[in-house]
Amino acid sequence: MENLFNSELKVINMGLEEFAETLKERGTQVIHVRWQPPAMGDDNLLSLLDKLK
Amino acid sequence: MSKIDQANQEAVKKMMMSRPVWVDIGRAKDVIPGMKDNLFLHAGPPITWDRMSGPLKGAIIGGLIYEGKAKNAEEAEKIAESGEIEFSPCHHYNAVGPMAGVTTPSQMVFIIEDEEWGGNTYSNMNEGYGKVLRYGAYDDEVLNRLRWLDEVYAPCLKEAVKLAKGVDMKSIIAQALHMGDDAHNRNRATTSLFIRTIAPFIVETDFGKETDYDAPRLDLSNVSEYFKGNKASVAAEVLAFMHSNDLTSLNAIMAACKSMALAAHGIENSTMVTTMARNGTDFGIRLSSTGDKWFTAPANVPDGLFFSGFKSSDANRDIGDSVITETVGVGGFAMAAAPAIVNFIGGSPADAFDATNEMYEITIAENNNFNIPAMDFKGTPTGIDVRKVVEKNIVPRINTGIAHKEAGIGQVGAGIVKPPMEMFIDALKELAK
Repeated sequence: MENLFNSELKVINMGLEEFAETLKERGTQVIHVRWQPPAMGDDNLLSLLDKLK
Repeated sequence: MSKIDQANQEAVKKMMMSRPVWVDIGRAKDVIPGMKDNLFLHAGPPITWDRMSGPLKGAIIGGLIYEGKAKNAEEAEKIAESGEIEFSPCHHYNAVGPMAGVTTPSQMVFIIEDEEWGGNTYSNMNEGYGKVLRYGAYDDEVLNRLRWLDEVYAPCLKEAVKLAKGVDMKSIIAQALHMGDDAHNRNRATTSLFIRTIAPFIVETDFGKETDYDAPRLDLSNVSEYFKGNKASVAAEVLAFMHSNDLTSLNAIMAACKSMALAAHGIENSTMVTTMARNGTDFGIRLSSTGDKWFTAPANVPDGLFFSGFKSSDANRDIGDSVITETVGVGGFAMAAAPAIVNFIGGSPADAFDATNEMYEITIAENNNFNIPAMDFKGTPTGIDVRKVVEKNIVPRINTGIAHKEAGIGQVGAGIVKPPMEMFIDALKELAK
């Protein structure tokens, strides 16, 4: 753990892009991965999608 | 593979196998089955006069004056309100029209034949940029240009395409993607190829010698001073007009795309989108397996670059059938092929690549006809799957012109617009019933 905080940070950011932008502004190496919960996290839509597999 | 996936593969295969060829031009009421004197076609899903946006109302008013049914805007509005004229989507007649898409009985239309699956699709003549009927403008300049297009330009092209024995539209789209077009908002290459293909035959028609005609003459001095002092041949005027308007090919391209979309329509169990269209009030989609049923939601307002003197608050909601291009895997879906388009709609070339890459997330296939050189000739993302749109929360990417929200003004810019997610969710619910 100590090593982690003493070494240069290289970040993979998933989801909210703003977090990646903030890190970039501070000079941290960051790769952003576009991700969001399937079907906007809506259980009803997920069950419809299950029906249509 | 599930029965839905099999159906989608069949639908997208049929779409890609379609072979749209421009074979003829004719008067709408003579060549579009079901077209009649009191029927006006418009872009997008069905809509009544009272709910129409400014540009669509403007185009209807202009159409009524053009058809000789009204003397002025006031009279035209009364006729439109009275129910005397039937309004119907172009799509219900296998036609498509950019922006307001208003197609009246006397207008001349391109006839595109699907040489693989049979059947015809249609679209009227493109008027150029700025103050034009399809953006809701209807002053004398607009109406005179329409007369010239229908009485001089279209008859000349009709004779030319007969001599050419048809023009392969799919080949033009495929080549244009290699020349920096998206085949929707950037049409410099499609139009150049279109002109190059048809020009020898235009010259060969009787219009190559004819210099006198009754219709109002166009001012072509913006093309060359030559046209100011000389009475040119019809063929020369037609070619000069085609050259002056990068959108010359757009309507025929759209009808070709409609042909491809139609080939994929009616496949049982398919969750693929076969129609996307906007009427300036609502956005509507139809699916391959759900027949003629429209799923609609309020259209969004496009965001982009505005012509000098106009601003975002002037913009109307999204309008037009031209999104048929995205429906078959070009337009915004092929933006990576057209990085220069950002000069017209805003953003950066990297955004163009992002847009295309994102569309692979919601589509069924990589197109085997249309590909992108800068992406190692990868096929464009083709065949929108409603399930993927909802699952990924990614809506189709659309490039579009922007109309002024008031009737009679015209185009004020170009940009991008997002279709509303609600209609994709409604379509999904229908499929799951």
